[in-house]
Amino acid sequence: MSPAWAQAFALVFDPYNIFVMLVASVFGLFVGAVPGLTATMATALLVPVTFFMAPIPAIAAIVTATAMAIFSGDIPGCLMRMPGTPASAAYTDEAYAMTKKGQAELALGAGLVFSALGGLFGTAVLMLAAPALAEFALKFSSFEYFWLVLLGLTCAVFITSDRPLKGFVTLMLGLLVACVGLGNPAAFPRFTFGSIELLGGIGMIPMMIGMFAISEIIRYAVDTKPQLAIVDKPIGNVFKGMWQLTRKYPVQILRGNAVGTLIGALPGAGADIAAWITYAISKRFSKEPEKFGTGHVEGIVESGSANNSALAGAWIPALVFGIPGDSITAIVIGVLYMKNMNPGPTLFTNNPQNIYAVYLLFIIANLIMVPMGWWCIKVSKQILKVPRTVLMPVIMLFCVVGAFAINNTPFDVTVMLVAGIAAFFLESNGFPVAPAILGVVLGGMLEENFITSMIKSDGQLTAFFERPIAATLGAMTLAVWFLPILLRRLRQLAGIKAAT
Amino acid sequence: MKINDAVWGSLFLLLGVMILFHVQSFPTIPGQKVGPALFPGVIAAGLAVCASILIVQGIAGRRKPGERSAWLGSEPWMRSPQHVLAFFLVIGVNVFYILVVDRLGFIPTGTIYLAVLFAVFGVRPRNNLVLALVITLVIHYAFYKLLRVPLPWGMLEKWAW
Repeated sequence: MSPAWAQAFALVFDPYNIFVMLVASVFGLFVGAVPGLTATMATALLVPVTFFMAPIPAIAAIVTATAMAIFSGDIPGCLMRMPGTPASAAYTDEAYAMTKKGQAELALGAGLVFSALGGLFGTAVLMLAAPALAEFALKFSSFEYFWLVLLGLTCAVFITSDRPLKGFVTLMLGLLVACVGLGNPAAFPRFTFGSIELLGGIGMIPMMIGMFAISEIIRYAVDTKPQLAIVDKPIGNVFKGMWQLTRKYPVQILRGNAVGTLIGALPGAGADIAAWITYAISKRFSKEPEKFGTGHVEGIVESGSANNSALAGAWIPALVFGIPGDSITAIVIGVLYMKNMNPGPTLFTNNPQNIYAVYLLFIIANLIMVPMGWWCIKVSKQILKVPRTVLMPVIMLFCVVGAFAINNTPFDVTVMLVAGIAAFFLESNGFPVAPAILGVVLGGMLEENFITSMIKSDGQLTAFFERPIAATLGAMTLAVWFLPILLRRLRQLAGIKAAT
Repeated sequence: MKINDAVWGSLFLLLGVMILFHVQSFPTIPGQKVGPALFPGVIAAGLAVCASILIVQGIAGRRKPGERSAWLGSEPWMRSPQHVLAFFLVIGVNVFYILVVDRLGFIPTGTIYLAVLFAVFGVRPRNNLVLALVITLVIHYAFYKLLRVPLPWGMLEKWAW
């Protein structure tokens, strides 16, 4: 076995690391199972804690917690018709219908087993695709990175919102936030208005904690809908019937995994979008579409696989390019920079044991999901009884302390609060928050590559299309921008022609 | 609170224009065509363009009857005084924390913070204060002792451990 792999095994199977993974899985299962707490929130809450850990345990905590949370979000969806995380929302109604028919264990078992399989599939793709892409990325210069980031941001806007215009607006806002401070190629303090705090820019982690955790708590505080009751029927053996399902729906499983990984790899689109799209695909191509919605397990098999495979897929662009595949990896990229594991091709060449360790972490997390998830299902009724009236304030205080702990300054708490309030109002008016996150995370990278390219080409914009890869990426970006408008014009023309 | 798209558009247009004016004051780098003003300028211009389209859409939306027509729409929670109070208290208690924590110290501030939020969310008042104090102490232990985060002592400086 190569020395790097041996080192990776040693890093992962270190007792402290195993301990961290076990605690993180309990944390992840709990956060996922409580409606109103999301997997992204779990990651944001973990950052202040992992700040003080070595790189591999820090990543282990996040990988394990999120994998568990995406599965355990299915549990309240099944028992209470309230998804624990947005990723389970696509098939909550279906699962609840199954519970009412007395088939809760089939729904939960399918969610558990196919989530683990989905995660393993996504990890396999990550292990194969990431190094190949990294090899390709070694040929990248500032021109290619510029177009890639722009393409990623554009895709994210179009995928994550049904009204791309509002997505563009929040994207611009995120990019402007990224402009604040000293961190630009000219090292000129921008938008600091004399404040020392703002010289360092607006912290990404406090902003994320605000946007994902504080806004959720505000939303909970103003929620006028009464809490739904738990269906109080005993849950049988969740593993029964899983093999039959595997034999009955092999195409669905494979398709869910593949589409899930692909959507996860697209910047900005994560587990929740993967679940929605694969549920729709499952219904569209099913042999029994009329059963969807009445308590039919097929959709759960496909979507349940997809949301977990999307988690692993999101790490592909994150590790290779530093472009987050979803909001969880947006936070992870921040953590990677803090731990001196800067994303990029050099991550694969300079210290490969770290990358191998990440692969192993994914594999182990998805394997222990099965026993831990089974245990979680067993105690689910107790978890769901924990009063959210106590939980939410505690989480809020935890967020405040967590935001403070990154830089030991109360200014970050202010950033967190402002971001939370802004996110709350923007989202309730149809402005998607995901493009803003991407704008903040990638704004610096976009500007740096743009300015570098402009300096290299002495201001000539044609240079952006001279290199072959850059030209291709540039053409793709422009196509995504203008294709929808072009298609609409063509359709209008065709409509007019048909009428006359 | 649902605000008409046109109003949002105007706010963002104003922001974009203000930024465009502000970046004119940024210095240029001698010998280079691109300076620190270029990137924020382009983004602000883009924001202004998108905002203008939003204004047009917002005004057009008012002509059609339906949800988007009001300038300022209310949401279910705004009609319930209990929830409006909850909203302002949730934000207020955080502002209180930011302003007061350095002088009062983390433990008293955190206890008041949690006690207020428990009351807002409906936890029974008898258990409030004790629960708030216990949880604050646990969080303090976890962050101060285990993670060595310098949470402010404030008033309790004399009895610091």
